[in-house]
Amino acid sequence: MGAAANIPTPKEAVLPVWAGSQARAIVAAMVDKRMTEDEVVSELKDGMTIGIGGWGSRRKPMSLVRAILRSDLKDLTVVAYGGPDIGLLCAAGKVRRAVYGFVSLDSIPLEPHFRQARQSGAIEFTELDEGAFYLGLLAASHRVPFYPTRAGLGSDMLKMNPELRTVTSPYEDGEELVAIPAFKLDAALIHMNRADAAGNGQFLGPDLYFDDLFAMAADKTYLSTEKIVPTESLLDEGSVHTLRIQRIFTDGVVEAPQGAHFTECPPDYGRDEAFQREYAATARDPEAWEAFRSTYLEAPSHAEYLKALEARA
Amino acid sequence: MSSIAEATIDEICVVACAEAFRGDGEILCNPIGTVPIVGGRLARATFESDLVYTDTVAVLPANNFPVGNPDAPKVVESWVPYRTVFDIVWSGKRHVLMGASQIDQWGNQNIAAIGDFRQPKAQLLGLRGAPGNLVNHTTSYWVPNHSTRSFVASVDVVSGPGYDRMRELGSPSNRFHEVRRVVSNLGVFDFQTDDNRMRVASVHPGVTVEQVIEATAFELFGTDDVVETRLPSDEELHLIREVLDPGGARKAEFR
Repeated sequence: MGAAANIPTPKEAVLPVWAGSQARAIVAAMVDKRMTEDEVVSELKDGMTIGIGGWGSRRKPMSLVRAILRSDLKDLTVVAYGGPDIGLLCAAGKVRRAVYGFVSLDSIPLEPHFRQARQSGAIEFTELDEGAFYLGLLAASHRVPFYPTRAGLGSDMLKMNPELRTVTSPYEDGEELVAIPAFKLDAALIHMNRADAAGNGQFLGPDLYFDDLFAMAADKTYLSTEKIVPTESLLDEGSVHTLRIQRIFTDGVVEAPQGAHFTECPPDYGRDEAFQREYAATARDPEAWEAFRSTYLEAPSHAEYLKALEARA
Repeated sequence: MSSIAEATIDEICVVACAEAFRGDGEILCNPIGTVPIVGGRLARATFESDLVYTDTVAVLPANNFPVGNPDAPKVVESWVPYRTVFDIVWSGKRHVLMGASQIDQWGNQNIAAIGDFRQPKAQLLGLRGAPGNLVNHTTSYWVPNHSTRSFVASVDVVSGPGYDRMRELGSPSNRFHEVRRVVSNLGVFDFQTDDNRMRVASVHPGVTVEQVIEATAFELFGTDDVVETRLPSDEELHLIREVLDPGGARKAEFR
């Protein structure tokens, strides 16, 4: 399934009704970027800075996160609107530094594995205002060194992050602002409801979050998706406004049905609250963590993980 | 007006939260937590109808809808994904009413961590949006467990800066800063002293000023001639109990 093996050829397609009944068109030849989770992870290296899309316990690329968990990767810097992605990577000892505005499971406000990592001093951390975090992604996306913001003045954000600098407006007002540095990412992992094999991604839920910026801020972006569809079918389930990930920013596409489990991925599925509660409880009980790890995290592939889920009473 | 025997403490607190939004007009009303959320919806349903209201997922519903029921029908008046929320924060057209694990006499708020932030005794939510909220628009707080552990002499981490910090920063950085009120399970507090220190605005019915002083680790102003927090009207009680929170989710915040 490697991309290089495919020589793309143009093809004729029947267009959807809005383009005119039975209109036909030649769809441009596109590269095929399909990969497996393990092929994605084989392109990552120790010490990399990896951005993860989604928000809290919402539309997280969990099949890719689990592939990292079962790899030898270590010393990662993880950048995310954090949820169980950061929690699991901390619990598995993969994280050197976490960069976040918050880490939460939404229905369970505090992420227990992340809390343990912070309270035991196991990880380095960069904790920012969550709006300032958006500007770090935006600066990296636009290839500027920083974006200015008022957020952080007066709070302990500057004390917690002594590397942060302020800038003075060059205009008459002379206002002092915080310069949020670009979050340059070696790689980004995002999960989309639909995508084509060339890496055009579509979100069908209520919020894209910041996944487009993660894709633009990273040298390499790997997109997992509930379902790979032909390019000419991308408008079957959503309007043009849902096509927010462009293939010029993606490098690999992984088909992973239920790939965001146990986080939510509407409208395809909601959060698996019972599973999330079980996950959260493992932070208080080493035996429960061991059972959870061997049953779900050591599953050698996403397909095996789905089988383990099915076997769950 | 209803009698005190009819309104319970959670309903009094809901109304005190609603009152935080009085006079705000056409801005984004953004309460966080069940009692503040019922309060925000009550304000819009009654005396502050120009408010726009977030469902905290990604839309602005134009109708009154209950808490705790994600399937309740919504009349959507606009789309507000998180990125737009931040844009609105920076535009200033927002009033957030959020929690505070710790708060001090100047209104400095902590939701990040207890202990030294480098290796905290308890990691809490993180800074979240507090630093940006406070320097961009009006903020109020909800503290359901008023005690010397929450109303503290000094907060461990400043997530949302208070009046002393903003005075030190000075103009123009402080021009959008306003901590309007703090609602706790004991009373309502504001910062309307000459130097913006916390003052008792009212105590809830059945609570004494002595109880409030006892539960606060710093000197409170305005403890003479204290008035009582107003009771919910019959219309407000109806809206809270039958329309906005028929399941009584608000009661779970009082332990």
